[in-house]
Amino acid sequence: MANYMGKGIKRVEDPRFIQGQGKYVANLQIYGMTHAAIKRSPYPHAKINSIDTAEAEALEGVLAVFTGQDMIDGGVGPIPCGFTPPDIKLPPHYSLAVDKVRHVGDGVAVVVAETAYIAYDALDLIEVDYEPLEAIVDAKEAMADGAPQLHEETPNNLSFTWPIGNEEEVNNALAQCDHVVEVDLINQRLIPNAMEPRAAVAQWDGAMENLTLWTTSQNPHTIRLLMSAFTFGIPEHKLRVISPDVGGGFGSKIFHYAEELIVPFCARAIGRPVKWVATRSEAHLTDAHGRDHISRAKMGMTKDGEFQALHIETYANMGAYLSLFAPMIPTALYHTLMAGLYKTPLIYGITYGTMTNTTPVDAYRGAGRPEASYLLERVIDIASHDLGIDPIELRRKNFIQPDEFPYQTPVALIYDSGDYDGVFDEAVKIADYDKMRTEQSSAREEGRLVGVGVSGCIEASGAGPSAAVVGLGAAIGLYESGAIRVHPTGKITVLTGAHSHGQGHETSLAQIVGDELGVPIEDIEIVHGDTEKLPYGVGTYASRSMAVGGGALVMSAEKIRDKVTKIAAHQLEAAVEDMVYDRENGTIYVKGAPDKSKAFAEIAFAVTLANNLPEGMEPGLEETSYFDPPNFTFPNSAHICQVEIDKESGEVALQDYIAVDDVGNIINPLLVEGQIVGGVAQGVGQALWEHGAYDENGQLLSGSFMDYAMPRADGFPGIQVGRTITPSPSNPLGVKGAGEMGTIAGTVTVANAVMDALAPLGIRHIDLPLTAQKIKAAIDAANGGGD
Amino acid sequence: MNISVAVNGKSYTRDVEPRMLLVHFIRDVLGLTGTNIGCDTSQCGACTVHLDGMSIKSCTTLAVMVDGADITTIEGLAPKGNLHPMQKAFWEEHGLQCGYCTPGMIMASTKLVENNPNMSESEIRHGLEGNICRCTGYQNIVKAVQSASKEMAGGD
Repeated sequence: MANYMGKGIKRVEDPRFIQGQGKYVANLQIYGMTHAAIKRSPYPHAKINSIDTAEAEALEGVLAVFTGQDMIDGGVGPIPCGFTPPDIKLPPHYSLAVDKVRHVGDGVAVVVAETAYIAYDALDLIEVDYEPLEAIVDAKEAMADGAPQLHEETPNNLSFTWPIGNEEEVNNALAQCDHVVEVDLINQRLIPNAMEPRAAVAQWDGAMENLTLWTTSQNPHTIRLLMSAFTFGIPEHKLRVISPDVGGGFGSKIFHYAEELIVPFCARAIGRPVKWVATRSEAHLTDAHGRDHISRAKMGMTKDGEFQALHIETYANMGAYLSLFAPMIPTALYHTLMAGLYKTPLIYGITYGTMTNTTPVDAYRGAGRPEASYLLERVIDIASHDLGIDPIELRRKNFIQPDEFPYQTPVALIYDSGDYDGVFDEAVKIADYDKMRTEQSSAREEGRLVGVGVSGCIEASGAGPSAAVVGLGAAIGLYESGAIRVHPTGKITVLTGAHSHGQGHETSLAQIVGDELGVPIEDIEIVHGDTEKLPYGVGTYASRSMAVGGGALVMSAEKIRDKVTKIAAHQLEAAVEDMVYDRENGTIYVKGAPDKSKAFAEIAFAVTLANNLPEGMEPGLEETSYFDPPNFTFPNSAHICQVEIDKESGEVALQDYIAVDDVGNIINPLLVEGQIVGGVAQGVGQALWEHGAYDENGQLLSGSFMDYAMPRADGFPGIQVGRTITPSPSNPLGVKGAGEMGTIAGTVTVANAVMDALAPLGIRHIDLPLTAQKIKAAIDAANGGGD
Repeated sequence: MNISVAVNGKSYTRDVEPRMLLVHFIRDVLGLTGTNIGCDTSQCGACTVHLDGMSIKSCTTLAVMVDGADITTIEGLAPKGNLHPMQKAFWEEHGLQCGYCTPGMIMASTKLVENNPNMSESEIRHGLEGNICRCTGYQNIVKAVQSASKEMAGGD
């Protein structure tokens, strides 16, 4: 029965999804439910002179219309920012704009009506008198003299400056280097686009003054805490936040969104349940976007390719307001990864976080780490072309070696474990790298544009030690809770603070508990996503659920085993130290006398009777633990891919993709492979197609799936996945995060392949996404044609 | 307007607004919430259902357009208590993660295979262009469709 670790068990949660029984927020129907729709600004920047809601209110079926001022008058506070480095300037962020609007899609009023159709009709009857202002969308230009100003609180639109390292030392070292690669890079804005649009349902119980909020969140406890302590003023014990099945998150559902205040405000005001469901265009306008960096990188090295120093300057676009963790992404989760897999001794980085008339930006799958990997691995690839050293060879020269762990990087982190040559050996083998290069040479002789791309990436996942993240400026402890409740018949309910929105926790966490206790997974149910049922939990992001949430369950299982063993010893009249807990089958027996044994379920029942327990022992078999890991985990990868570019059209065909990742021990290879492949697809999306594009006036050009190029099934070859394993010492399971590595590596691997294909034309760099149009223009320019 | 439709083998007559979308009729009037809405613009396919034997996107079809039609949603794809080979294959091959695109993906895939039981991998990928998944990278969806094709051919 047990021995689930490492087995590709198919998911126990799937029967409901494949039969259309997923419990998504938008599916909720409550008696008396009403529907909300939100009036949003068509202007990127404008003063609000007045809002006339009379006509909308008069429409039959409309129950109420509220503005931002109504919400402030009702005691709803601004949405706080949860990462505040020293000297940060914090502009207020109200759930509905009051004085002016600052991005297209900024909410100005909400209509509550009997049906969603009526609510949308009423939106057209609201008259907002706007006075348009000049807008700014570029993160760097936002700081320039004379740029339109978004907030009084942020002069020059600068919210924060975040440096790390010693700039003088780095500059001195760069001046001494044989070769310095200098490049300007744009990491373009992305729209996360979980397939389930955000939604919220709120129900107010006026008699008891209790509020229940169903919301598409990756972390319901965080939302409850923020609403209690900052935004909604409701005591925590009077607020229940439920995140049932959530249809994908990728970071975008971490944050405390305006609608999580607007919908409860409406429900309390009208005394009926209220539902709001985003349209896809609303998702594009209001879900926190990702990336959007403008950077200059300088890397110095010896002529043999030994890295000496790295200097990074980044302008990070925060958008119109600071989303919950926005300032953390281009700082503590970005510069700290600039050592990569390498022993670069000197690193200096600085980020300017600026406000612009665009949708707020925050964590999106990888969150800072894809931006770091893209920058570092692009620079190294350019260096390999400059120096004429094979890109794998160049990387290998600089790897941190397996015997050097734990390894203190110059940018604050201590890497846990790894064997980077081992990961590359495996990738080279699966890809048949030498053959790839030989074929590329022949293709080039035929005049074809074939490129091979390589990357070696690392991330800090499994966040994290609470002391470290709070020390960096985050207002959140990053432990996780895990409780095991054993029922009288020996069946088990597991309560986890982690939240599954596609990860498959109902399977993987059951595998962990099944193995720890010797109980079949059929007897285990995982409960998540409900603040009333669970101990305080942190939630799922930063690839932390197995490392941290799994760790908490291992701790609780140890406590359960300990109690069960003591009871078995007592009832078998043996000494506790003579007992063996057989985790294969959940029996507890006397060493050397296997017939003197008790089954797990027998003990569970004995605990319920409570008539024959060891002296002084309490009845009950339920344990709760909180795991706060001593360090992050550091998954790492070697990805290799091959592309061919159509010279006539500039179109890129991705022909082969090999992903080898060291994510530590594996709980369920089926799920890990799913995470890696899905992650790579998102990374490829950024490399080739996706762009949350604004025009210079602040209009979002990619406002729906008609204009935002999502990766589709025909854009990919089969992705080959391999792995090496160096267990992480940072948690009891030895696992590392697996959720983000694919995305972190995917973008730069493909970008490097495309640039490798174009290298014979003397093209050094093209900014993402590498669309046919851009590539074609670069080819034409290189050929002396085009204009 | 009054419309009469058969959904999952059951007949319904309902008075609907002329502007009501089919997907809202299915979800909000009939309470069959397995059909999800992902984009409102016919791009993502989360709302795919079968209409008189064809797979269509119900977010850009008006309810009044289907008067007299026979509709199958994910809830009616297999007899109660059974799984269609396509549902089984998505489960076996780990063809879903968050599950939101899954009903539409399964409905689209089923018709693809019925129309062409011997698709190549590239034909499957091309055939699924109109259904967006953000989680899986499509790889295991393609495997599921391949595996279900065999099962569906064997079952005939």
